[in-house]
Amino acid sequence: MAQIQNLIDATLGDGSAPASLVAQDVHAWFGDHHVLGGISLSMSPRAITALIGPSGCGKSTFLRILNRMHELVPGASLAGSIELNGQDIYGAEVRATDVRRRIGMVFQKPNPFPAMTISGNVLSGLKLCGIKAKDPDAVVEESLHRAGLWNEVKDRLDRPGGTLSGGQQQRLCIARSLAVEPQVLLMDEPCSALDPTSTRRIEETMRHLATSITIVIVTHNMQQAQRISDRCAFFNVEEGQPGGIVESDTTERIFNDPSDPRTADYVHGRFG
Amino acid sequence: MGAPPAPTLAVVAHDAIPVRRRPTSFHRRDAAMVVGCAVSSLALTWLLYSQILPLSGLPGFLMLWAALNFLMYFTAVAATEGRPAARDRTMASVITVAAIAIIVPLALILGYVTLKGLRFLRLSFFTTTMASVGPESPATETGGLQAIVGTLEQVGIAMLISVPLGVLTAVYLNEVKGRLARPTRVFVDAMSGVPSIVAGLFIYTVLVANGAGFSGFAAALALSILMLPTVTRTCEVVLRLVPGGLREASFAMGAPEWRTTWGVILPTARIGIVTATILGVARVIGETAPLIMTAFGSATLNFNPFSGAQSALSLSSFQLFGSSQTADVDRAWVFAFVLLALVLILFVLARLQGDRRRR
Repeated sequence: MAQIQNLIDATLGDGSAPASLVAQDVHAWFGDHHVLGGISLSMSPRAITALIGPSGCGKSTFLRILNRMHELVPGASLAGSIELNGQDIYGAEVRATDVRRRIGMVFQKPNPFPAMTISGNVLSGLKLCGIKAKDPDAVVEESLHRAGLWNEVKDRLDRPGGTLSGGQQQRLCIARSLAVEPQVLLMDEPCSALDPTSTRRIEETMRHLATSITIVIVTHNMQQAQRISDRCAFFNVEEGQPGGIVESDTTERIFNDPSDPRTADYVHGRFG
Repeated sequence: MGAPPAPTLAVVAHDAIPVRRRPTSFHRRDAAMVVGCAVSSLALTWLLYSQILPLSGLPGFLMLWAALNFLMYFTAVAATEGRPAARDRTMASVITVAAIAIIVPLALILGYVTLKGLRFLRLSFFTTTMASVGPESPATETGGLQAIVGTLEQVGIAMLISVPLGVLTAVYLNEVKGRLARPTRVFVDAMSGVPSIVAGLFIYTVLVANGAGFSGFAAALALSILMLPTVTRTCEVVLRLVPGGLREASFAMGAPEWRTTWGVILPTARIGIVTATILGVARVIGETAPLIMTAFGSATLNFNPFSGAQSALSLSSFQLFGSSQTADVDRAWVFAFVLLALVLILFVLARLQGDRRRR
């Protein structure tokens, strides 16, 4: 873990300890379209929080607000605060690039950099942040180990990342995110483009990672949410209203004893 | 045991190799059909054209031949393989003939220039200059070294100026997306319509006539004006093709925009940028008009692009074509051929380089 001298940024608190992420009364707009209204959610350290709900209810928007990717969309705006270690990531002194280094993201579609080799992909985050790794080989090995990919690719680290299978590419993307040592990893439907075997590998990887970092995952797969998450937040949207959280609780309660009938209907596949 | 032959028959049928059905394959019989139709339609065209109809001229002959060929081919395939196959094969042959119709004139141009140029091309072309060529010398005595040096230097400098500028402009248009992106795009489009002679006149007025005198560098500046819009527009299209997911992935790791552009976007678009450079060079390497009033032309070797008149392959060719001596006109073909060969060599090198860097 100490391969890189992670610059301890005063504005965002200690970068090496597990961190909690707390959203308070978050709203989001695209232009005049109010897509999220009043989201408050606490994502605990060393745990997997799953965001579930029908399409278009704002889960992905919320996820992108958590690491300041939302503001990259032209016309997007938001209200409320997100606190990492008790520090507002939208604070005036905080730089978006620092936030994104602390809070990494894995996307729905595997997107390794095609112009780079496998090890180049893993090291790309450091290079792109202008950090010189003391021992690049060790970073590559450790990140790939943590992403559960090392044994499959250790003999072909200098091959292009695009030569891997879809599931391997996704784990390469996870390794790439881990190399910059984020405290939180956001995953936006990371398995929806993958087959069941690859999905299983990614889920094992996630369970393993959750021992050291905070994970927030958006998923449409109820079984997946039930299998891997510690806590669940159910998002829903009514016609003409902004999306919001119906309820959030332990995964156990959400699936077996939800307090809102809409949650019970959704998790049991009766709507959405 | 009343019917012993039945099982035997079944066994035979089982052991026999079944007839293979390959709907898309092309056998000797199919090739024979193509050739047969082509020959018979040629014969029929000849009959119609020279014996029956009051027609003449090669273009009409070729068109009638092609039309009859397609008709015959369709009928023949339809009779043996059915109408769907006939439709498919006929369309395929229409497209093949269309491709041939494009390639043949190109090949003729290349062939003609090669034939005319190679006749008087000697190895001394690459080692001597026109300074040693007298008015009575035969066309085999042609010196091209000064022109090769001139062309390479002028196009090289133009490339050094316009490729970085073009790539940066494309980055501004596509990555930075600044407030001035729209006017810039309009301006670049307008620039691509600038006649080459105007670019030459501009540099002549601003630089050459202002005391700087004729030079290869002035020529390179005029060429960059022509090259810049091509490089910029091609680069912009290429950058637009880079998937947005890569940009997001880079941002999500905390990379600033400029590092994302430099470390992810440009390397991903590298092959396309090589193509943009090739297109830019192709746009200017044969330009003659702007060189007349910037490089001016010279019979002697001038390595220094910053001072004194310089020659160029296209310019030499143009100037020699205007001569009243047949030997000079023959020389013009030699210059034209060497220019063509140089372009080909440069493009192959650029492609190889682009492919090699990809691995």
